[in-house]
Amino acid sequence: MTDWQSEQRARDERLAAGRKFVTGKMVSPNDTTALLEAVVRPKDRICLEGDNQKQADFLAACLAKADPKVLHDLHVVQSGIVLPEHIDLFEKGIAKKLDFSFSGPQSHAIPRVLKSGKVELGAIHTYIELFARYFVDLTPHVALTVARSADRAGNLYMGPNTEDSPAVIEATAFKGGVVVAQVNEVVETLPRVDIPGDRVDFVVVAPKAFYVEPLFTRDPASITEIQILAAMMAIKGIYAEYGIKRLNHGIGFNTAAIELLLPTYAEKLGLKGKIATHWALNPHPTLIPAIESGWVKQIHSFGSEVGMDDYMRARSDIYFTGRDGSMSSSRLYCQLAGHYATDLFIGSTLQIDLNGNSSTVTADRIAGFGGAPNMGADAHGRRHPSEPWLKAGREAVDGHPDLMRGRKLVVQIVESFSEKMVPAFVEKLDSLDLAETFKLDLAPIMIYGDDVTHIVSEEGIANLLLCRTAEEREQAIRGIAGFTEVGRRRDRNMVEKLRERKIIRRPEDLGINPLDAHRSLLAARSIEDLMRWSGNLYDPPNKFRNW
Amino acid sequence: METLKFRHTAERRLSGTKSQAIIGVVASGNLEVLLERVLPETMCEVEIATPLTGYGETWKAVVAEFVERSSPGGLRISINDGGARPDTVYLRLMQGSALMEAE
Amino acid sequence: MEDAATSGQASWFQATARQRVMGLLDPNSFTEFLGPSERVRSPHLHLFDLPSAFDDGVVIGRGTLDGKPVLVAAQEGQFMGGTFAEVSGAKLVGLVRAARDHSNLPRIVLLLMDSGGVRLQEANAGELAVAELMRAIAQARSAGVAVIALVGGRAGAFGGAGLTTATCSRIAVSEQGRIAVSGPEVIETNKGVEEFDAEDKALVWSTDGGKNRRLIGGADIFAEDSMDGFRTAAKALMTKVPAFDLKTMQAEQERLAMRQKQFGACDDAVSMWRILGIKEPEAIRDMDSKEFAALANGIKEANHDAR
Repeated sequence: MTDWQSEQRARDERLAAGRKFVTGKMVSPNDTTALLEAVVRPKDRICLEGDNQKQADFLAACLAKADPKVLHDLHVVQSGIVLPEHIDLFEKGIAKKLDFSFSGPQSHAIPRVLKSGKVELGAIHTYIELFARYFVDLTPHVALTVARSADRAGNLYMGPNTEDSPAVIEATAFKGGVVVAQVNEVVETLPRVDIPGDRVDFVVVAPKAFYVEPLFTRDPASITEIQILAAMMAIKGIYAEYGIKRLNHGIGFNTAAIELLLPTYAEKLGLKGKIATHWALNPHPTLIPAIESGWVKQIHSFGSEVGMDDYMRARSDIYFTGRDGSMSSSRLYCQLAGHYATDLFIGSTLQIDLNGNSSTVTADRIAGFGGAPNMGADAHGRRHPSEPWLKAGREAVDGHPDLMRGRKLVVQIVESFSEKMVPAFVEKLDSLDLAETFKLDLAPIMIYGDDVTHIVSEEGIANLLLCRTAEEREQAIRGIAGFTEVGRRRDRNMVEKLRERKIIRRPEDLGINPLDAHRSLLAARSIEDLMRWSGNLYDPPNKFRNW
Repeated sequence: METLKFRHTAERRLSGTKSQAIIGVVASGNLEVLLERVLPETMCEVEIATPLTGYGETWKAVVAEFVERSSPGGLRISINDGGARPDTVYLRLMQGSALMEAE
Repeated sequence: MEDAATSGQASWFQATARQRVMGLLDPNSFTEFLGPSERVRSPHLHLFDLPSAFDDGVVIGRGTLDGKPVLVAAQEGQFMGGTFAEVSGAKLVGLVRAARDHSNLPRIVLLLMDSGGVRLQEANAGELAVAELMRAIAQARSAGVAVIALVGGRAGAFGGAGLTTATCSRIAVSEQGRIAVSGPEVIETNKGVEEFDAEDKALVWSTDGGKNRRLIGGADIFAEDSMDGFRTAAKALMTKVPAFDLKTMQAEQERLAMRQKQFGACDDAVSMWRILGIKEPEAIRDMDSKEFAALANGIKEANHDAR
């Protein structure tokens, strides 16, 4: 007789094994490692959140203390490899296989453990891809999640840092999985319910509040004149030109400069209300001046940001907010929003080649993909039109074909050299060498050149939509590659011709004098300025306070 | 430390009456540029002291581009480099010549 | 674009030494001594493969502020940390000695401090310069010269610069400014992170920063972080300075003994501010400049002639 309910039974067994550690659903911190050894099984797929920002740090520490003879060969399926403990799991032989998306803080450790043979890499995914696979072939057996608070029934409140959790837990809970949550406290009544208690099996109150890294805070004092120049060009040459109202900004100083130029430079250009109104964006503090100046209609966020809670609560017209008044984020929904419902993505990168392919991979660093490949990609499945999308689509073809597609604007904004004199424009991406070294099926490419519509450097804007041949594309890129070797090898005649066709536009072509790019144009010049703009509602983390 | 010197012929004299100007600071990623109006009208000299060796070709290209753009005839330009990127160097040279062109 | 950097509202903290001099003094009034074209540079840095500056990181000269003749020196905090060295030190010492010796020169010296102390590569010369400068300031003050320190740059006024500042007739400080002798990293290295966490910027600024210095008597006026802010502060301080005599010195000794008695047991700045009678000391940190300056003007310990 075929057993069609084996998963439910296996789950009941695990819960039974964990029962000796619980009162109701509550587990004591001292019993947590033992609990995990009881409910997790060797070879399990496990998601130890591992989000971009919030970390189930106590559960990570407890799991890393498990006996490798009891727990081994686990298959880690989580979006972020962030904490040292995430790497420890592999070093200790508790985990063996890895499927993930992003590894910022551990980007140097990943190549190291790969080389050591302690990690069997499944694949590096984008966020949406990994969440999607939770519902097809990478469903977690166990999810270790993190929330601000729980009630006795196991309902969870996550506040602004909801992030990945709903997607992770839904897949796990509805496919025979076990869900363990670490929380800061247990309360009688939650402000709101982010995860219903019947999806949660165990709750432990961690000794310390969970850690959240401030990832989206950029100090305006560090923005350079060259970044301001590139931002001015992006605003005048792209945002204004295409009428970009719906957009997503990757994180970085270049985009922070754009955000801080809206109330000043863009205001002078008469662009308020015409651009930058609807956002798929994390709560960047650098957008505060634009919000306060009335530029922004609404923002949906992938995650939250340290110090922004009170500001968002006071600006609930702008952010997605629960009935309790606190913001609610969703990595999955915001990634979808950025992919399908915006007309422009703009972000920075480490390397770009002559086709416009870009990568953040270097010889000793694998940071993964995160969300950029889906934000910075043309959405072929899109069907609803918008002005910018249609305009970009028309630029990509000649004449008026019967069947037309629009194009999402995918903009790479880079300085031709990084701080360490490393050129951003290269003939061959380091990623290709890395793929060879680690025998990867695919060289990790963050954004493919055929999705890129524009590249902005301090030297100008290259419009790749208007290029018709590979040679034009190459010279358009060389033509804005500044004094890098790639740039110095340009065909000067061809570049001049491309400039006549407006494929390359220099600052002067846009009516911008590079010497006017000055820090005084920034609506806020310091973290303190941002705080003042917010009426002191924004509470900058200590590491950013120099007053 | 590496010292580089470039001599160029400029199309015409840099306009303005300022006899000297200084811009920038010797700091990491930055540079200081001293401009002195002391040479014959169609001559331009650029002298660079830099702690980063091996970038001669890049300096040459930046200076050549600057001379073509600004025609800084009559200027002796002296640079103390703190390890600045080429685009920063170019920007400072342009800022410097703009200061010299002021009346 | 240089205009934007020296305009009234431009940030002092983010400016260069030259921009501060231009922003502080009356327009077109500044004449530089030993300017960059004279190329009086460090004779030592090239031995370390380090770039030198045409002015060795100190700008000196004369000009007017609100019509009054002044001598001015500005340290460039971004160059080698604004440190005291053979040439940079000599320029400062030479300027103050000139004021001491020549009564036909302006009787006001403005020292725009922005320095982490002594330049390690020229340590002996730097230390000597600090000693010579402190002595020169004392002698100049004795001769009736007003020496006024303006502190608000990125390097702060640490080590020899902190000592120099404390030797001056009057001190203006902004919120971003810091005045101390031992730097935060030095304290942490020697006493441990529990004693002083140098990474905790909020802690560093609450201890060494402008607001605390102003409140406990270490600075005479609180300036807004702008060219106009320091102009206003300098103007106010220039008018009257304490007499440099035995009476003043005794008063200062008393003031400092009192300060040690009052705050000696305190663990942090907030406790000191509570002792000063400030009702909500936690609110000081985020209080804006205007409100803070007004509050400080009402604190007895902050306003004195004992310097």
